Amino acid sequence: MHSLASRRYHRSAPLVLVLALLALITVAYAFFASAPARADEGFTDAQVAGGQKLFAANCATCHGLNAEGSSFAPSLVGVGAAAVDFQVGTGRMPMQASGPQAQAKKPQFSQAEIDQLAAFVASLGTGPSVPTAEQVDGSLGDPAAGMELFRTNCAMCHGSVGGGGALTEGKFAPSLFNTTPTHIYEAMLTGPQSMPVFNNANISPESKRDIIAYLEEQRDEPPGGLTLGSLGPVSEGLWAWIVGVGLIIGITVWVGSRSS
Amino acid sequence: MSELKGETPFTNPGLPPHRPRRADEDPKAARRAEFQAVGLLVVSILGTVGAVLAYLFLPLSGSNGDIRRMTALMGAGIFLGMIGIGMGAIHWAKTLMRDHEMVEERHPIRSSDDTREEAVQMLKDGVEDSGVGVGRRGLLKGTMLTALAIAPLSVAIPMIGNLGGDWNVGQIKHTMWRKGMRLTRDPEGTPIKAADVTIGSVFHVIPEGLAETPDPLEEKAKAVVLLIRLDPRDLNVVPGREDWSFDGIVAYSKICTHVGCPVALYEQQTHHLLCPCHQSTFDVANGCKVIFGPAKRPLPQLPITVDSEGYIVAQRDFDEPVGPSFWERLK
Repeated sequence: MHSLASRRYHRSAPLVLVLALLALITVAYAFFASAPARADEGFTDAQVAGGQKLFAANCATCHGLNAEGSSFAPSLVGVGAAAVDFQVGTGRMPMQASGPQAQAKKPQFSQAEIDQLAAFVASLGTGPSVPTAEQVDGSLGDPAAGMELFRTNCAMCHGSVGGGGALTEGKFAPSLFNTTPTHIYEAMLTGPQSMPVFNNANISPESKRDIIAYLEEQRDEPPGGLTLGSLGPVSEGLWAWIVGVGLIIGITVWVGSRSS
Repeated sequence: MSELKGETPFTNPGLPPHRPRRADEDPKAARRAEFQAVGLLVVSILGTVGAVLAYLFLPLSGSNGDIRRMTALMGAGIFLGMIGIGMGAIHWAKTLMRDHEMVEERHPIRSSDDTREEAVQMLKDGVEDSGVGVGRRGLLKGTMLTALAIAPLSVAIPMIGNLGGDWNVGQIKHTMWRKGMRLTRDPEGTPIKAADVTIGSVFHVIPEGLAETPDPLEEKAKAVVLLIRLDPRDLNVVPGREDWSFDGIVAYSKICTHVGCPVALYEQQTHHLLCPCHQSTFDVANGCKVIFGPAKRPLPQLPITVDSEGYIVAQRDFDEPVGPSFWERLK
């Protein structure tokens, strides 16, 4: 009995038990704390690690090694995966040259690499995440409701059908005719560059989908003649004054000239 | 012409010598010109036939592409049909019809002294007959003058009356904003919590209960507001307006002070607000003062605060009339 009891209750048993419990809690915390934080975004640790390498090699020159920002580039802590997917996915980042605004160009990274960068930036602080396919599916939205929202919130810069337009000092609102629905959604959510933010409290996710539905309707062939970029009086005036008036002047000169 | 010769320091250079055209001397050139005119007229015929064929035979299922194609081809056909006739006729006239110069003399404009004297005499006789300036037939002359004087009123009064029923300019000095009225989203009319307006956000705002007013569009035209949140560190509050904003959230009238266009092109990074009509630019970070363009005054600011439920409300109406200047603005 005595020997059995002594084996059962070793003097260091409580200490071992406490240490084992602490170890278990540590492992469990490490597991739950890291995994669920990114479970919303659906990114893996491997993506975050890969993104960190890509970031250090391609973005850190301006944004800093820890994305803390510098005197000429903003901090990326808390901008979210959506901002990275938009900026890198449309080729605006990495920036080609400094100027009034970063121009869209051919994306420099594959979608897998963009996802890695997004995973890394999202791991630095919570921010808007990339929308789901259902959230940006224009066929599920109401184009008429989208039109009302677009004309109130967007048309003053992007034009009544999304053809784009000029801002100040060389900046401009780009055409939306070839922008993917995901990028339209992300731009509203994150407010890139000059564009203000239209968060989900301002324009709900359903309303954002309505706006996408309206913009997709505008991509069909228009019933009228040449749209001239749907830019309004600037391109139409240029056409009328240069081509139209030019033709009239040319014919007038020809009518009045003497035959050789 | 001959009469003027001695009166001017310039000598009449006369007509330039007649220069025959190629088609006048060379039968080949004449033939060529004829073919050119025929070609232009054939273009016209083909254009007309093409326009008719496009109308008769192009499919028109109702899709935008069909409408666009038919409109474009019919337009092109009608253009060629018209311009071909015009250019063909002019080319014919310029190259093949007679081209000898013709001169038409210009006569002096002044009438002869006899005619002038006769006209003056007629006027004098008329004045004498009417008795103007002589105290006779006062009633007749008075009624004539009255009739002449009021005759334009039958046109003028309806014209001026139709300009608008309401002559009270006082109503454009005020908007429907009142103390405690919530700022709501345009077009839904849902109230806005201060926490919803994140930094860099822009809300297009209408007053609460706008849809229930007797004339919502008239009220909206005056009361629309842009609600913007800046980083409070970027916002330089105008002295005397310390309590008009809420933690970096500011509300400004959307009606341009130049000619009343909706100013809503907000650049988030520079905090500049641009009017699309004449490029007036307002600096939101500095009380919406004008930094470029034809506008003369800053956009009026709407004093806001937050109610007990966290919604953004107006403290009162704008302190000054919104929109462009008018005569009675500051009276």
